[in-house]
Amino acid sequence: MKKSNNWKAWLYLLPALIFLGVFMIYPLIDVFVYSFQEGYNSASQSYFGVGWYNYSYVLHDPYFLQAVKNTFLIVIITVPISTGLALLLSVMLSSIKKLRQLYQTIYFLPYVTNTLAVGLVFMILFKKTPYTDGLVNLIIKMFGGHSVDFIEGPYWAKMFVMCFYTIWVVMPFKVLILTSALASVNQDYYKAAKIDGTSKWRTFTRITLPMISPMIFYLIITGFIGAFKAYSDEVAIFGTNLNAAGMNTIVGYVYDMLYGDSGGFPSYASAAAIILFVIVLTITVINLMVSRRNTHY
Amino acid sequence: MKITLDHLTKKFPNRDKTKGDVTAVGDFCFDIPDGKLIGLLGPSGCGKSTTLNLISGLETPTSGRIFFGEDDVTKLPPEHRGIGLVFQNYALYPHLTVRQNILFPLQNLKGKNKLSKEQMNEKALEAAKLVQIDELMDRKPSELSGGQQQRVAIARALVKMPRVLLLDEPLSNLDARLRLQTREELRRIQQKTGITTIFVTHDQEEAMSISDEIVVMKSGIIQQIGKPQDVYDSPANLFVAKFLGTPPIDVFNGTVKGGKLYIGDEAVLPAVGVEDQDVYVGIRPEGFILNDKGAFTCQLQNVEVMGRDTSVVSTHKESLNVTIRSIISAENKVDTASKDVRFDLKPYKVFLFNKETEKRILFGGQLAADVPAEMEESLDTAAGRTDSQSK
Repeated sequence: MKKSNNWKAWLYLLPALIFLGVFMIYPLIDVFVYSFQEGYNSASQSYFGVGWYNYSYVLHDPYFLQAVKNTFLIVIITVPISTGLALLLSVMLSSIKKLRQLYQTIYFLPYVTNTLAVGLVFMILFKKTPYTDGLVNLIIKMFGGHSVDFIEGPYWAKMFVMCFYTIWVVMPFKVLILTSALASVNQDYYKAAKIDGTSKWRTFTRITLPMISPMIFYLIITGFIGAFKAYSDEVAIFGTNLNAAGMNTIVGYVYDMLYGDSGGFPSYASAAAIILFVIVLTITVINLMVSRRNTHY
Repeated sequence: MKITLDHLTKKFPNRDKTKGDVTAVGDFCFDIPDGKLIGLLGPSGCGKSTTLNLISGLETPTSGRIFFGEDDVTKLPPEHRGIGLVFQNYALYPHLTVRQNILFPLQNLKGKNKLSKEQMNEKALEAAKLVQIDELMDRKPSELSGGQQQRVAIARALVKMPRVLLLDEPLSNLDARLRLQTREELRRIQQKTGITTIFVTHDQEEAMSISDEIVVMKSGIIQQIGKPQDVYDSPANLFVAKFLGTPPIDVFNGTVKGGKLYIGDEAVLPAVGVEDQDVYVGIRPEGFILNDKGAFTCQLQNVEVMGRDTSVVSTHKESLNVTIRSIISAENKVDTASKDVRFDLKPYKVFLFNKETEKRILFGGQLAADVPAEMEESLDTAAGRTDSQSK
């Protein structure tokens, strides 16, 4: 491009650049700076000193460690299960003709439903109150089991509800993406495979999966990022006091540090946020590297 | 492997439920001799691809039967028919290398047919050598040219040594130059392997140039079957006459009266043995002889000189084509200043068709489908014409 045109190009880009700069780049840098400023006070704009103290504090805070453990558990459990299940559902959806539209609509419903409303439904399903044990417990008892308090009971029960809920909420988007990915595979590949007598399983693993692998990797990467940023789902089920429930997440911890009952510590919140950022960045880079190696065209 | 199609019919339900079914292939009866290259030819939507799909087993016929040799394969699923199919877009698996693509059909073999790794590699290499792509084995399809992809697709279809090879519009995705090369290549491969091959095309030139026999189809009905040259020289009806040949046949409204063929007011040819009636007259472009005193007068539009021969473009009020194109030897000089141009007609290049049925009316000793000896010489020039057109 000619040099005389350069300033014009920048001019056209300016609105977007200003927007991104003010709302994305500046806050990012700001958070990074806060995370190294000890005891930063947003009202007086003052701080005691500069150093790693905030990180040290956060990393030694049992609430934070609990949040990291919860977040990692949610990520490790929900991402593979939801992606796998979505793949299974999409393949089944693609192989039926009758009622396909109906099922597609049903699977898509959670996507358009309010998180808190869904949380309420899950409360009814799982919560123990003085009047009822919740629908799920009724079923457990029907089969002769002992009722479990899923909302305020043991850790594994709470984690189960949490993962169940997360998987259910993220499923529609994944099914949507995968059904359209499956539909976009050229039918001629399947015809060619059929003529060569390829078994269904081999067709799936050797043709379908590689063909839609870019979409699967996309879902895994966005799934990881989404699960690491989990917060609102936890609030929907366990309420705002997540630390008390022992079900806090990293984002929840950041929020608590800023605005929670024990809040007012932007420095700690910034340090926690930067730690989350580093974790997500690392995992995304690993994901991208793996997907590059496994996507062949 | 001889293939017999016995009253093969395929109907599709109409999208508009109130109307009847759509017949894609109607009452197809045809023997495909062993080891021949057959071209299914017709305009798009004529049912030629459906016919191919029926033979491959990807579609099941509404009625009728298909035999491979003595075996009735009508109910057999495609994988048990022993066919190789080359798709129009080749359908090469993009994530697999050329080698893996060719190996794919072999890796599906189970039980007693299962091959060892060495046998598979050997067969794949053999197939690749046949289509001359053995140096590209480790490339991905996206790194190949259209012609190379085509060869890989053929190799993949051939590697299982199918009883029948089916090709769906095999050349339509290639550029003009490559098409010419590839069709000769197809012929060579077919003759080398001796596998009965059926290919579908809408390009009459393609079908004529490499087929042992062509099947001309229209709206699911066979119009004519025969050796390409026979079909060209003796079309069974107006559709076939119009469909074959570049440049296309010139068609006129004409009348037979008192044993003479009239176009407009001029008696252009004797038409012995034909009852008086209105007819369509089809004249092949090479059927015109330039003659100042000729019987047939057209209004000259322009003259295109193309080296070996000359194309005279003219008009006539009885012509159904916008312009009449006649091919004459370049040695004849056309007076371009003149308003009119006069021709004599070669009787064996003139076809009469019934106005109602559009079926051929033979006249003056014309024979159906067989080529008279005196026509041999002109046939050569006709064949020469088609070639010079395509180059």
